[in-house]
Amino acid sequence: MPVSTVSTPQTEDLTSLLPGRRGQARPLFDPQILGRAAAEAVRKLNPLTLAKNPVIFVVEAGAAFTTCLLLRGAASGGSGLGFTVQVTLWLWFTVLFANFAEAMAEARGKAQAESLRKTKSDAVAKKLIGGRVELVASSQLRKGDIALVEACDIIPGDGDVIEGIATVDESVITGESAPVIRESGGDRSAVTGGTRVLSDWIRIRITSNPGETFLDRMIALVEGAQRQKTPNEIALNILIAGLTLIFLLAVVSLVPFAQYTVGDIHTGTVPGVTVLVALLVCLIPTTIGGLLSAIGIAGMDRVMQHNVLAMSGRAVEAAGDVNTLLLDKTGTITMGNRQAVEFIPAGSASEWELADAAQLSSLADETPEGRSVVVLAKEKYQLRGRSLSEHDATFVPFSAYTRMSGVDLDGRRLRKGASDSIAAFVMDQGGTVPADFSGISERISRSGGTPLAVADRASVLGFIHLKDIVKGGMKERIGQLRAMGIRSVMITGDNPLTAAAIAAEAGVDDFLAQATPKDKLEYIRREQAEGRLVAMTGDGTNDAPALAQADVGLAMNTGTMAAKEAGNMVDLDSNPTKLIEVVAIGKQLLITRGALTTFSIANDVAKYFAIIPAMFMTTFPVLAKLNIMGLATPQSAVLAAVIFNALIIIVLVPLALRGVRYRPSTAASLLRRNLLLYGVGGLIVPFPGIWMIDRLLVLLGLV
Amino acid sequence: MTTIGILQILLFFAAILLVTKPAGAFMTVVFDGRRTWLHPVLRPLETAVYKLSGVREDVGQKWNQYAGALLSFSFFSFLILYILQRVQGVLPFNPQGFTAAQVPPDLAFNTAASFMTNTNWQAYSGESTLSYLVQAAGLAVQNFASAAAGIAVALAVIRGFALRQTKTIGNFWVDLTRCTIYVLLPASLVAALWLCSQGVIQNWKPYQPVTTVEGAKQVIPQGPVASQEAIKELGTNGGGFFNANSSHPYENPTPATTYVEVFLIFLIPAGLTYTFGQMVGDTRQGWAIFAAMSVLFLAGVFAAYSAEQRGNPILAQLGVQQSPSASQPGGNMEGKEVRFGIAQSALFAIVTTDASCGAVNSMHDSYTPIGGLVPIFNILTNEVIFGGVGAGLYGMLLFAILAVFIAGLMVGRTPEYIGKKIEPKEVKMAMLALIGTAALVLLLSAAASVSHFEKGSYFNPPGPTTANRTNSGPHGLSEILYAYASGTGNNGSAFAGLNANTPWYNLTIGLATLGGRFLIIIPLLAAAGSLAAKRKVPESAGTFPTHGPLFVTLITGTVVIVGALTFFPVLCLGPVVEQFLMNQLRVF
Repeated sequence: MPVSTVSTPQTEDLTSLLPGRRGQARPLFDPQILGRAAAEAVRKLNPLTLAKNPVIFVVEAGAAFTTCLLLRGAASGGSGLGFTVQVTLWLWFTVLFANFAEAMAEARGKAQAESLRKTKSDAVAKKLIGGRVELVASSQLRKGDIALVEACDIIPGDGDVIEGIATVDESVITGESAPVIRESGGDRSAVTGGTRVLSDWIRIRITSNPGETFLDRMIALVEGAQRQKTPNEIALNILIAGLTLIFLLAVVSLVPFAQYTVGDIHTGTVPGVTVLVALLVCLIPTTIGGLLSAIGIAGMDRVMQHNVLAMSGRAVEAAGDVNTLLLDKTGTITMGNRQAVEFIPAGSASEWELADAAQLSSLADETPEGRSVVVLAKEKYQLRGRSLSEHDATFVPFSAYTRMSGVDLDGRRLRKGASDSIAAFVMDQGGTVPADFSGISERISRSGGTPLAVADRASVLGFIHLKDIVKGGMKERIGQLRAMGIRSVMITGDNPLTAAAIAAEAGVDDFLAQATPKDKLEYIRREQAEGRLVAMTGDGTNDAPALAQADVGLAMNTGTMAAKEAGNMVDLDSNPTKLIEVVAIGKQLLITRGALTTFSIANDVAKYFAIIPAMFMTTFPVLAKLNIMGLATPQSAVLAAVIFNALIIIVLVPLALRGVRYRPSTAASLLRRNLLLYGVGGLIVPFPGIWMIDRLLVLLGLV
Repeated sequence: MTTIGILQILLFFAAILLVTKPAGAFMTVVFDGRRTWLHPVLRPLETAVYKLSGVREDVGQKWNQYAGALLSFSFFSFLILYILQRVQGVLPFNPQGFTAAQVPPDLAFNTAASFMTNTNWQAYSGESTLSYLVQAAGLAVQNFASAAAGIAVALAVIRGFALRQTKTIGNFWVDLTRCTIYVLLPASLVAALWLCSQGVIQNWKPYQPVTTVEGAKQVIPQGPVASQEAIKELGTNGGGFFNANSSHPYENPTPATTYVEVFLIFLIPAGLTYTFGQMVGDTRQGWAIFAAMSVLFLAGVFAAYSAEQRGNPILAQLGVQQSPSASQPGGNMEGKEVRFGIAQSALFAIVTTDASCGAVNSMHDSYTPIGGLVPIFNILTNEVIFGGVGAGLYGMLLFAILAVFIAGLMVGRTPEYIGKKIEPKEVKMAMLALIGTAALVLLLSAAASVSHFEKGSYFNPPGPTTANRTNSGPHGLSEILYAYASGTGNNGSAFAGLNANTPWYNLTIGLATLGGRFLIIIPLLAAAGSLAAKRKVPESAGTFPTHGPLFVTLITGTVVIVGALTFFPVLCLGPVVEQFLMNQLRVF
């Protein structure tokens, strides 16, 4: 049999929207977490806590009620209590299982919070007061204080670097061991309390009071302490509470109907309270009621496992609802840097001459673009790297003022840079610009590239064609987003010509060229005015207004504090592509809720067929026709339904925590698939399930 | 089932299918306030109404103002109707000399509540209780008013979806006026005249003594029947001029009039689905609702028809011919008019309970258990299968909200319907409406099946309330359940077999009609207000599609499952077990 080999994707799996779990993820059933959750499940039996969850509260009330009946029965020496004992036990199990599901989800977050808390030591801070260093506990630092942090010190609180430059180990927060550089000014000035300076020193201005720091907030979030119900969760809670009330009415009214019937037919008995409670518990949506909060907590946790910190569950949900994604070109759609792909000579210069000059001018250029020029020269023109040490070489570094870089070598003055800068340089040297100069430049721009002109003194040699490389798999990914009904918009500082070419190559739906922060903000407002939800990423302070305006603002951890405050999520890996994953997680969260709700309600049909004939078998033996599962006895039928109802909660815990399988596709095909799986599946599954439990009960002699 | 029977039903459905678009398009124009071909004649009347009543045509109302207007209108309608009944003895057009003695306060309350809420439950029999004046100026007027009010609510709910970012949802007084003047009055006039041509009577004569062919003396009641008959069906009211309702030859003389009457029942509800589609800017949405209603209608009508045509195994065992032949219809003819037969009776029974009409041309109490189960179930699902005028549409939209919310999450977005996000407020209102109606039906029928009154009690004769039943066991339970379902569902048809004219039943069923109407309308108007204030989410590939077969299946399933889950236990003890027992040759 031929074995087909599947080419494995490179470093980043871009073809799947939900990459496998990361290193940080814990196994679903960690024994320690299981133990803790089990203990917590018992603690949650407190009716005051449980009252927040009306469905499970009703189950507990029912269980307490049958327990009282049981005790009264036992006290009066009643016989035949075996059935009541079993039903009561399983009712309590139902409550415990639901509590356990929630506790499992919480315990996972708590374990993570604990490991974070361990790193939060109360460091000594070097507070600067009028140039004098005073040692204080870091918890005494307030907003606006200035502190000095030197090598090996723990940064005492969140702040902005106001002076100095240092390497910082941020592995506490990001899990990434490579140190990062933090320096005053610019977009890399934010430091986080709890991280450690490895070398050099910095002075920071504290930006948050103790207890409000990023680390504190992070701990609170993963612990679920600040968890607020999202609008969607509230709506779902109303629905299941309402259904509970309707079923309560159905069961309560059944008592007089049964009394009427038994009174009229003069045979049989009115069903006992135990059976009625069992019916009620089976009918009310305990499955979704027990799993609802676990799904929400697990959703936040899943985001966390992708190293994204969501400030609220609402943000994760909003991600699922997003209609428009604003993606930064650089780093998200294209590789972070451009690469030289072609040398195009201009005027009378030869291709070789150009390549030679380009290579020489780039030898000292350590930027990725510069290195790519050397690589291209070597690959295409077999120009080996030359050592310039024996020559009289002076390197001219790139400056924002000249917008050129190059080298002065043996009397040659080689320069490369933006077209207009080079043109100015050549004319300054008394030369002229060749006739095809602007034509070539424009052609490169139009194809999505960046023209880098090369000159030697007064003569223009030609252009290096620098090209943006669209990330592999990006086009497929954008296509998937489109299938999900999400428009992707590329944001770039490039001119419209270049932007259009890259946009076409990446397959995005729209682009915003030469985008200023204000343009971004306006674009978002416009989309929102048309009823769309917008998600974006950003890192700089000037992104802050747009991040705040967007419905989902994913700030990069490397970004400024202002950006992190403005967004409602922070990506600790600072990988802007993550935005797409966050959207997928948001959708998965909503789908999981819907799927389990549908499943829960659909289950009721089978339970009716188990319990109703059992209840009235004594009055109307003919109702056995409704016992389509052929359950052994009325008692085994009721018990089997109750047991199924309890066990299904436990069976579905992994699904609730992991989320249902999600493949990006259109809403219509998702609906068809999930409706079949969870709707029709929910109708069918309980029939064999209850039947099997019934058989087991008979085999074990429990009924 | 016979071929001719099946064809009759399909022909009826084809007629409804054909008329849905033109009727709906006409209503859209009317309710948008644009000109129709009726305007040259009727517009002066419309403006005169506004001028007289001080209504400003162009001023919109917020949902609570709209609800307030509806409630005050309903309250005064109720009050006038109550007083009219109680003082009929001193008013003209009363050849039989009926007085307040025929309408004690509890009955007058019941009747007033019932007609004001478009229920038309009748605990009285028209020909021996009410004067011509009360019938024409009281009941017939309410037939128009309550129908128009129902349609107005549907319009407000439609606007909730159609409008964006507005506070107002239309003007109740304007909707009420336009609906009455341009839709109900002209259509009723035409229909009434045609019915007269077929033998429906319209006069103010005293009752006529006649000598029958056999020589017996008989008094034949007369009255302005046709004018009430047309709106009775068109406005899905259902209150008959005579006790026998549409099985009476003066109300419904021929198979042709039967056909026209069932057609009139579905005309506006079916048309409104198209109006809905047009007003929200996507007629596919309207057709999807129409399709869901059609599926449920066809399933119901064929289930009932086949059950009736199959007949009764007990009679079969006695050697009674149960299969149709050229000379006789076979099946279960008990309680059915020979001139209509089984197919037309089953069709009428299903149409009248799908829509919350309540007119009958046969006695549902005499149906086979399954044949009776279908009408009960139709009513218990809140009558959304075409449904009452307006009420059917807004009821179905309630289910759409629920269906979209439950299943819509499964596409990974906050559920939307017609571009409006379904959020806590809408879910809360939909659930309130469902809970309110379920509670009324279940609790009141439960109470009625076990209550007991002492000697000398005002409410009921001494003894158990179940003594008011004609039949015992499961069938008796169906009779009680049907009464409260009919009241709460604002249907008004009776299973019969229950003496409901006692203060206990009059008061409880009267309360059920009020609750069944306003416990749905007020939450829905609140939801409409909240929806109208929202932005419209643009449609994309990620939007839950609400116009395809998938959605039709989903909403049909939601209606059936919600209804079944709520009422399965009581239906098991009623018609379901009765059917099983009938097959064992046991009857009640």
